[in-house]
Amino acid sequence: MKKVWERFGVVLLAGGAAAVLLTLAAIILFLALRGAPALSWEFITAFPRRGMTEGGIFPALVGTLYLVVGTAIIAVPLGVGAAVYLSEYARGGTWVRIVRVGVNSLAGVPSIVFGLFGLAFFVKALGIGVSLLSGVLTLGLLVLPVVIRAAEEALRAVPQEFREGAYALGATRWQVTRSVVLPVAMPGIITGAILALGRAAGETAPIMFTAAAYYTPRLPRSPLDEVMALPYHLYVMATESTFFWKTRHLQYGTALVLLCLVLVFYLAAALIRARIRRRKRW
Amino acid sequence: MVVQGQMVQLSQDIRDEGAPAFQVRDLSFFYGKEQVLKGITLDIPKRKVTAIMGPSGCGKSTFLRVLNRLYEIVPGARATGEVWFDGRNILDPRVDVVGLRRRIGMVFQKPNPFPKSVFDNVAYGPRIHGVRRRELKAIVERALRQAALWDEVKDKLHKSAFDLSGGQQQRLCIARALATSPEVLLMDEPTSALDPAATARIEGLVRTLKEDFTVVIVTHNLQQAARVSDHTAFLLLGELVEYAPTEELFTRPKDPRTEAYLAGRFS
Repeated sequence: MKKVWERFGVVLLAGGAAAVLLTLAAIILFLALRGAPALSWEFITAFPRRGMTEGGIFPALVGTLYLVVGTAIIAVPLGVGAAVYLSEYARGGTWVRIVRVGVNSLAGVPSIVFGLFGLAFFVKALGIGVSLLSGVLTLGLLVLPVVIRAAEEALRAVPQEFREGAYALGATRWQVTRSVVLPVAMPGIITGAILALGRAAGETAPIMFTAAAYYTPRLPRSPLDEVMALPYHLYVMATESTFFWKTRHLQYGTALVLLCLVLVFYLAAALIRARIRRRKRW
Repeated sequence: MVVQGQMVQLSQDIRDEGAPAFQVRDLSFFYGKEQVLKGITLDIPKRKVTAIMGPSGCGKSTFLRVLNRLYEIVPGARATGEVWFDGRNILDPRVDVVGLRRRIGMVFQKPNPFPKSVFDNVAYGPRIHGVRRRELKAIVERALRQAALWDEVKDKLHKSAFDLSGGQQQRLCIARALATSPEVLLMDEPTSALDPAATARIEGLVRTLKEDFTVVIVTHNLQQAARVSDHTAFLLLGELVEYAPTEELFTRPKDPRTEAYLAGRFS
């Protein structure tokens, strides 16, 4: 009887694992089948035409890339700096606990709240307006806690012996951090940052009110211009465009491109991680 | 001229036998509320090998980490008493630890080369202390020769330090410590992670190093203390039980606890 229950338990657990894989496979397969017919060189490189019922997604693709790069510029230095402070300088105490609770709470805030905060603060209060810059700042705040936690984890994985060895040679805290700890932690930090940026690429809510445009006739020329972006483009085509039932194939194509983009990010992160594991010898 | 030569000889003797490298006075040490060292007083002579011996948890590693103030990197650690080195109490918070650690090198229990090349490992200390690039090569070679490693690595200076064997890595760490031209070398169970052959090489090295350096070596290996050291201190539960010339301590221990330890009755 006990054996039967145990077997049942294992089956249940394996089922859970399989469900994850099946869901992922189903999504990818579904999107690939529905979206592939829409894919073409033109789809990737052309502007939308005729009220977005024809043409491509070029400006949305470029807009998303701009948003990701901008988010990286905002969130990575800030996040890594905060992580270095928490792990190498502050080391424990009430203050660090408060900061850490803050970081975790920030990570739990729904992305739509970030979007509304961005609208209220960056767009209105600071008067930056709906723009690439506002969107990048909002997305930067969104991924900041993720970057901090990933970087802190990577820093904490650096063996204490490296730090001791450097301190014993008379290195200052900053020298230990810069010349020993950061180089060792860097691949882990980069992996974490890429995963965070992959998430930023797919977010709609934070850019909806802060950066995204329904349609722009040209690519943004300054950080103060509005941008199109893949997730928002998909959202408006599926819900608000004039003939949304006629553009299903374009919507699936857009979703497929967005998915591929995010998968490329995750693949890059996985490759870097595999490389570290091969090179790691301590 | 003869007189001058005698003078030099005389001052040499005074330096050797006179002022000790370290004068430890009533040193106590705490991690939080736990007392790890209890009122230790001893002199560590210059250019000799002094072994700190005792069972695990007796405080011997902690004692070593007081001598270069490395204990400070652990939050909640606190030392009381005095440790005199070159006319200054190094427990004084105003002492510049960067300068202190340049003069007091350290080698750890497990070889801990940085994930850098052989050359960059040895050059690390001189670089952070601002030695110019063109002087580095000579310094690195000197340090590697002193650590008896030069002949084995001279053709792979720019290979990763992790390509070396465990024993070579530990000698690299010794070279790294010697590169800042310290006066003292602290060694924290430097052979505990090594095989017997590599251990023998390190012990031989320690015996030659004492011609130029004051060596303080922590070990829980009785034979090692007997083989390499001139003086031995026996610590038990944070207390200094006995401190004497090594031969005397091993053949005529004065304290029954030392005798029991030598007989293998503590592990």
